[in-house]
Amino acid sequence: MSDTHAESVAFVRETTIPESPPPATERGVVKWLRENLFATPANSVLTIAALYVIYLILASTLPWIFGGLWTTTSLAECREILQGKTGACFSVLTERWNQLLYGFKYPVEEYWRPNLAFLLLFIAAAPVLFFDLPRKLLIFTGLYPFLAYWLIWGGSALVPIVALLGILGGALVYQRFVKSSFAAGFFGAILAAFVIWIVAGMIIPENASENAMLRAVPSRDLGGFMLNMMLGVTCVSLSLPIGIALALGRQSDMPLIKWVCVIFIEFIRGVPLITLLFVASVMLSYFFPPESTVDLFLRVVIMITMFSSAYIAEVIRGGLAALPKGQYEGADSLGLDYPQAMQLIILPQALKISIPGIVNVAVGLFKDTTLVSVISMFDLVGMIRGPILASTEWNGVYWELLGFAALLFFVVCYGISQYSQWLERRLATDHR
Amino acid sequence: MKKSVFFGALTVAGLAAGAAAAGTLDDVKARGKLNCGVTTGLVGFAAPDANGKWEGFDVGVCRAVAAAVLGDATAVEFVPTTGKTRFTALASGEIDMLARNTTWTFSRDVDLKFTFVGVNYYDGQGFMVPKELGVSSAKELDGATVCIQTGTTTELNLADFFRANNISYEPVPIETNAEGQQQYLAGACDTYTTDASGLAATRATFENPGDHVLLPEIISKEPLGPLVRHGDNEWGDVVRWTLNALITAEELGVTSTNIAEMSAAPGSNPEINRLLGTEGNLGEMLGLSADWAKNAIMAGGNYGELFEQNIGESTSIGLARGLNAQWTEGGLIYSPPFR
Repeated sequence: MSDTHAESVAFVRETTIPESPPPATERGVVKWLRENLFATPANSVLTIAALYVIYLILASTLPWIFGGLWTTTSLAECREILQGKTGACFSVLTERWNQLLYGFKYPVEEYWRPNLAFLLLFIAAAPVLFFDLPRKLLIFTGLYPFLAYWLIWGGSALVPIVALLGILGGALVYQRFVKSSFAAGFFGAILAAFVIWIVAGMIIPENASENAMLRAVPSRDLGGFMLNMMLGVTCVSLSLPIGIALALGRQSDMPLIKWVCVIFIEFIRGVPLITLLFVASVMLSYFFPPESTVDLFLRVVIMITMFSSAYIAEVIRGGLAALPKGQYEGADSLGLDYPQAMQLIILPQALKISIPGIVNVAVGLFKDTTLVSVISMFDLVGMIRGPILASTEWNGVYWELLGFAALLFFVVCYGISQYSQWLERRLATDHR
Repeated sequence: MKKSVFFGALTVAGLAAGAAAAGTLDDVKARGKLNCGVTTGLVGFAAPDANGKWEGFDVGVCRAVAAAVLGDATAVEFVPTTGKTRFTALASGEIDMLARNTTWTFSRDVDLKFTFVGVNYYDGQGFMVPKELGVSSAKELDGATVCIQTGTTTELNLADFFRANNISYEPVPIETNAEGQQQYLAGACDTYTTDASGLAATRATFENPGDHVLLPEIISKEPLGPLVRHGDNEWGDVVRWTLNALITAEELGVTSTNIAEMSAAPGSNPEINRLLGTEGNLGEMLGLSADWAKNAIMAGGNYGELFEQNIGESTSIGLARGLNAQWTEGGLIYSPPFR
């Protein structure tokens, strides 16, 4: 058998041909280029056009950035040194750095206070954002608002302590009475908190702020990017729970609650934010006597929070509507009451669906905080448009300043967006 | 029941506001600080410097009033206001006076219930053109494209001027001064028109200011001055006569350098003596100390010195005195006598 075979065939290959590399056009960079950039003639044309546009942009911006000056004291001096050459005048950023970040009135020797508050913010936010961390850290998160208030505004430490005590007292009362009746717990808690605030408010001496450990800084002196961060963080963290409550309220079977929520949401969504800000800054001062107005920062926080909570409520309502009816019925069939059903079954799913929408609102809200510049608060954009561009040294510097503002906002907004994508991946339980 | 409580509270609030407004001078003295409304930033007129200290021509007026009332030019709380919030801030009592390059008009005085206490800068609408256009008068601008801020009185003034001179133009609407600056430099329009002081300040920021000229025609009246609320005449008098003291000081040659010497003892000029309080009791009549005007002038110098330091020809803005020269030198700056 084998003999016949050997004789009938002239050559039999006994080993496999060694693997040879793929053709040059089918591997590595060349392959990638061919597939992605030059697949068809039309693609090639587009690629070349795009490369040319990129070249044009870089050719004009790179010399501008790398030729930039960082140490002059005025725009005129920049121009003198540059002598008509291309180059940015970044000195405005170095000279006005503190003003851009903290506003022009925050006392220089107290800058460590907002800085510390900013660092602590990460510690406080971490257990909320990353739920793998030990739950005990949440205690610090709860204390953080009072600590941050004390750090940034300074003054008597008694004020945030009393505020904290009031809330703790309210929480105790709520826990005590909520078993018998929700209404008793809820209104009892509010009553208890107010009693503690009013009684303790009388005990705090009038001049407590004068010799306080941290010097008191009035709200009017806050400014710069610090103000944007403060407004953004406060309003987002307040509007999320309020938004959830509004969304649930809108689906409620109780007509009063339902209609209050519907009217609130529809009214706020029907009014531009800038109108609300004008109401906060202009109209309200007509109603109060000159010396007893509510703090402007607080007024603005209330308005922005109302605005964004209405939007978040609608986003979450979308999430609630996306849940199949069976989920509600399933919760009922397990014998869960309303709070349990919401907490254990409905909201975890609805909120997960709503994440992209909520993040969208949060990013938009953060950028909307620059609107406060029109009511003469000096946030980052207000600082640029007002004092810096109006100074004789820097009048006429636009690209450098607004580019810097754009960069700061981009960093924060991109961070929020990346976090939300991580969160969506982390919470993904379906198989898509 | 609830409603009546609410209205009751409003009434009390209104009464309290009314009571507070009745004696601004006493309020300021009790507070130890003057709340002065300024712009959020206008080159030469009001802007905080790198250390957060406010500087400018309007700021000078605030400091003079604070010095006159409280004897301390730094006892001022500057409240930045925008074009939209300035009048409410004043009407609601948030600020005691407004020194924010505000044009004195009939409706603001009468309808909005404010009292303009004088004029510290006579402005007017002007034109800026590139030198290479070879235009020397606004009347030669027939058929020109004009960058103009929409919704302002400048727009109406422009239409009136061109119609009165029977020439045509094509408007290029813009929203803000910064935008106008960019459009003009990019050649989108032949000429840019706004208040002359604004034009000068804008031109000062150009890379080559020498390539642009301001045309001699001024086509509108924009008298800018400090204002207070209606109905508190004592306070109005204080602000009015502080401004007048600055003007009179320049007229009489009293400057921040020679004032110490002049106020030490009564001199030969009785009006200077009355102004500086070495003679007579003008300060007492205003409810202020005898050296009120001296303090006001020492705060930042007399009117001419304030002008030169902030917007005058030695600064980058480089405004000539023009209409804002003393009446003795052909301008409109004129103070009633101190007698």
